[in-house]
Amino acid sequence: MKKLKIFTRIIIAVCALAMVPSNFVSVWQIQLEAPQYPEGMKMEIWSHKIAGDIDKINNLNHYIGMAQIKEENFPEFKIMPWMIWGFVLLGLATAIVGRRFMLWIFTSVLVASGAWGIYDFWKWEYEYGHNLNPHAAIKLPGMSYQPPLFGWKQLLNFLAGSFPDIGGWLIIAPAVVVVALLMYEMFRKK
Amino acid sequence: MKNVSIKNLMLLVAGFFAAGFFSSCKPPKVDSALSGDAAKKVYVAPGKKDELYLFTSGGFSGQVGVYGLPSGRLLKQVPVFSQDAETGYGYSEETKPMLMTSHGYTPWDDSHHPQLSRTDGQDDGRWLFINANNTPRIARMDLGIFKTTEIIELPNCGGNHASPFTTQNTEYVVGASRFSVPYDKDGDAAIADYKDKFKGTISYIKVDPQTGNMKLNFQLLVPGVDYDLSRAGKGVSHGWNFFSCYNSEKAHTLLEVNASQRDKDFIMAVNWKKAEEYLAQGKGMKWAANYAHNVMDEKTHTATSTMEKEVTVMDVKDLPGVCYFIPCPKSPHGCDVDPTGEYICASGKLAAVIPVYSFSKMLKAIEAKNFDGDFDGVPVIKYEAALDGEVEKPGLGPLHTEFDNEGHGYTSFFVSSEIVKWDVKTKQILDRVPTYYSIGHLCVPMGDNIHPYGKYVIALNKITKDRYLPTGPELAQSAQLYSIDGAKMQLLLDFPTIGEPHYAQACPAELITKHEVKFFKLDSNNHKYVTKNEKEAKVVRNGNDVHVYMTAIRSHFTPDNIEGVKVGDNVYFHVTNLEQDWDVPHGFAVKGANNSELLVLPGETSTLKWTPDHSGVFPMYCTDFCSALHQEMQGYVRVSPAGTNTALKFSTGE
Repeated sequence: MKKLKIFTRIIIAVCALAMVPSNFVSVWQIQLEAPQYPEGMKMEIWSHKIAGDIDKINNLNHYIGMAQIKEENFPEFKIMPWMIWGFVLLGLATAIVGRRFMLWIFTSVLVASGAWGIYDFWKWEYEYGHNLNPHAAIKLPGMSYQPPLFGWKQLLNFLAGSFPDIGGWLIIAPAVVVVALLMYEMFRKK
Repeated sequence: MKNVSIKNLMLLVAGFFAAGFFSSCKPPKVDSALSGDAAKKVYVAPGKKDELYLFTSGGFSGQVGVYGLPSGRLLKQVPVFSQDAETGYGYSEETKPMLMTSHGYTPWDDSHHPQLSRTDGQDDGRWLFINANNTPRIARMDLGIFKTTEIIELPNCGGNHASPFTTQNTEYVVGASRFSVPYDKDGDAAIADYKDKFKGTISYIKVDPQTGNMKLNFQLLVPGVDYDLSRAGKGVSHGWNFFSCYNSEKAHTLLEVNASQRDKDFIMAVNWKKAEEYLAQGKGMKWAANYAHNVMDEKTHTATSTMEKEVTVMDVKDLPGVCYFIPCPKSPHGCDVDPTGEYICASGKLAAVIPVYSFSKMLKAIEAKNFDGDFDGVPVIKYEAALDGEVEKPGLGPLHTEFDNEGHGYTSFFVSSEIVKWDVKTKQILDRVPTYYSIGHLCVPMGDNIHPYGKYVIALNKITKDRYLPTGPELAQSAQLYSIDGAKMQLLLDFPTIGEPHYAQACPAELITKHEVKFFKLDSNNHKYVTKNEKEAKVVRNGNDVHVYMTAIRSHFTPDNIEGVKVGDNVYFHVTNLEQDWDVPHGFAVKGANNSELLVLPGETSTLKWTPDHSGVFPMYCTDFCSALHQEMQGYVRVSPAGTNTALKFSTGE
């Protein structure tokens, strides 16, 4: 039943609170650029919705037979806001209780959620990139259109980029700090 | 483990993120910066003239744009298929017949492919032909006067897209139907019966080598697919035409999906010399028809519209040796013949390669009957048997190819928005350059001739986005000029165009200027209502029709005071421009006219019909600034109420 240092508890509380805005801004972004779209297009994934140029993107995707990207197809949007609120509450609870096992739980939840998030995102990208309408106008042998998990990738004439958005950074950065704090608490001499 | 410091851990985490970012670096964009000498290459100093004429299709404006190259300066818009209030084309009594069709007066169309007339496979600068896609027609512009002088309607045609594409000596211009339709007795068939009842046609319009006059010599009835683009054979392949065909699925709805299903559509090769032989043997069927043939008479300055009543039709199924299909990957658009006439290069707009066919291999395959069955009774040559080679991984969305004089092809790519230069013999890609944005056709000066002029390639773009100052939701249409005389293609200039520039042709200026007409000779003016001098000016009443025989010369009209016109009269102002000098047109406008002005060229007579709807004194004036006293070039028409007996009177200077 090791107690956490007081400054650890304060930083944990700050980290937990830092995650609050993630429920009100875009968490992840997919950017698309093409020669004839110099202005680019952006799809935003919020905790509870999809936003950005989604209609334009869907309209273009129909040429290659990609399924329409629709909010109602993703049960995640019902869960993710609660998850973020859960992080916040769990973080605050950790700060209040001030015990190391709570930090363990908090860190584990964050890491596990992160891993699930990456897997789930990849799974959807795979699904949309491969499950193509066989009657599509543009069919290139062997071509799939799975966007990158992270970074840039050329898909036909489009350069697709996948990156955390502001809300994503507001989860990732605190999570990294929380992991670091756990390490610190584990290995500190006194 | 205990002595692992936080610092180290932090560094580890930071390193992980840095690695992530590093691996996700954005690929650099192709550099679009102009090199220093581009401006010099397109600068034509004030007073100097351009090297080339460029004729662009006006697309949905229905007209033709004339530009100078390399400056990209707009010189003129020539009205062809659409009314033009600026010149009175389609409004004046003389030009209204030019826009007559079997559907009556048809004041708009969609013009796509300008084609210069040629002799021995070289542009001769005499005429420019262009197709109307919507209400199928082909127009001929006289390049001495830059006016549309003839329009022929195509009967039995759904939409005239693969057109006009002149043969090597302008023996023919062709028109192949983009939309197949049924030709049952009254053309009334269920759309769902497309596969059985709908057919395409190819019209062969013979061009008189002296006058340029067009005559529909015969039509070929061909399978019911969509015919998209075409080129005539030349050199070794003279005597043949090649057409690209899509929708070999024979879809009649949602073509964007349903016509994109088969891996291969077709290039259709037509031996028109052989077809002519069959025609001479009397193989043709005489079909009743109704199509307009409109001709502008250069002496009377008046167009006549004649309804032709018959056309000779031959079904290619009954003409062995005339028509063959060659499989071609996915929905081909361009179908282009290289300068030697040996290579035919097709651009499947959804395909991943550019197939290049060999004409001699095609002939061998025909001789050896190396067929893969038939399509609607037309033999299908085996793909490999006619193929010379494929350009591998050229880009996305290949559309159209033209050639230079050194064995290179230049292909436009709509989706990847670029021009790709490749070697016709080796099929190797040599260079690529981006276009801004989404190029459709391209044009190498004389790029479809036996000896191309080369030097430039013009990109005819579909999208401009951020290239110009914005002009609301409808942005500038645009073309771009690239030099191709070095090893690397180089962007020189963007210039806006009128309407969508589907296709364009360019040729050295002297080919055109040698035919230049500076004015019409008044002595040769045989217009029915010509007034050759001011003494002959008069006003004649004939029932409700009032004919004004009027002259215009700097800086007055004769007569310029007219009385005795009544409300409800049809007043015809027959204005003859008496000037016999270069660059002195006169305009004519009268208040309340429900049509347009007249722009009367020196030595020409034009007629404006005016039906005054209320009494009063109506000013009329010259609209084209003609002289220092242009502003004084004006007059009055007194219109009295119907039933009054104001005497007919006319005068100038009294």
